[in-house]
Amino acid sequence: MSTKKLSPHETWQHAHHFPSAGVQAESSKLGMWIFILTEILIFGALFCTYAIYRYVHPEMFHMAHKELNVTVGLTNTIVLIFSSFTMALAVRSAQIGHKAQTAWLLTITIACAFVFLGIKSWEYSHKYAHGLFPGQESFNNHPLKLFFVVYFLLTGLHGIHILIGIGLLVWMVIKTLKGTMGPRYFSPIENVGLYWHLVDLIWIYLFPVLYLLG
Amino acid sequence: MNNTQSDTHGHEPLPLKIYFGVFAALIAMSFLTVYVASVNFGHWNTAVAIAIATFKASLVALFFMHLWYDNKMNLLVLVVAVFFVVVLFFPIFLDVGTRGLSGPGLVNH
Repeated sequence: MSTKKLSPHETWQHAHHFPSAGVQAESSKLGMWIFILTEILIFGALFCTYAIYRYVHPEMFHMAHKELNVTVGLTNTIVLIFSSFTMALAVRSAQIGHKAQTAWLLTITIACAFVFLGIKSWEYSHKYAHGLFPGQESFNNHPLKLFFVVYFLLTGLHGIHILIGIGLLVWMVIKTLKGTMGPRYFSPIENVGLYWHLVDLIWIYLFPVLYLLG
Repeated sequence: MNNTQSDTHGHEPLPLKIYFGVFAALIAMSFLTVYVASVNFGHWNTAVAIAIATFKASLVALFFMHLWYDNKMNLLVLVVAVFFVVVLFFPIFLDVGTRGLSGPGLVNH
């Protein structure tokens, strides 16, 4: 008779200051939601900046949004929505203990994130070629300057969030492959999932506001 | 022994068709929002675009982020966040909008 060595997700014990594992999981999720609240406030303030500048310079914003390629923006939107889909499936997969499937779904999510960033950098390089990049000489007195200040602020901060998300997702892949995620304990993947959906949520508003409103 | 994180509210994994359904709806809405942008609703353009975006965001929040099935406190946190963004926007719009910075009849613009 041999004692099978249980994997971490089968023996995981909750922290002692929580009455149960369930309470610990709920607490960590609520903590992530409160963080999401702060993120919504930050981007809310940036969208407000957009609204004010747009109100005061309607023709500039009308002209400027034509510099943005709607097809490229729509492609990025679909990429990010798909990554949210695979992320949600990954959390579900961790919940039912399918280790390989979880790792694959997380990897696809990471791949989508890279595709998004690739497309975004292509767009940025296109703006640079047209003298529309902050810091360029041609940008300083450009008639569309205000719009693009807001554009780079919003999409730049969003891009940084994607980079951070990639880091978190890679960490989750490592944890999954180590076997520490499973039905008993999948909070980290669940909370990283919430973060990733937030990044998608922000883009869901960024796309129409920047690319479509004219 | 039975100490799993699903203990507090018997969190069963959702059926796959919900994920696929929400994904399909999100993609459809994305194409819709592009199409709708080519139709001129006049003053309502912004409202229509934001409305479609909000519908998409609600799908992501309620289903992908599980708020429909979760402890309502999490939903409350999201609602509070949105409320305070509205609190930010509203007085600013009242302020900037009544300064005479935009609109017909302005000489230097």
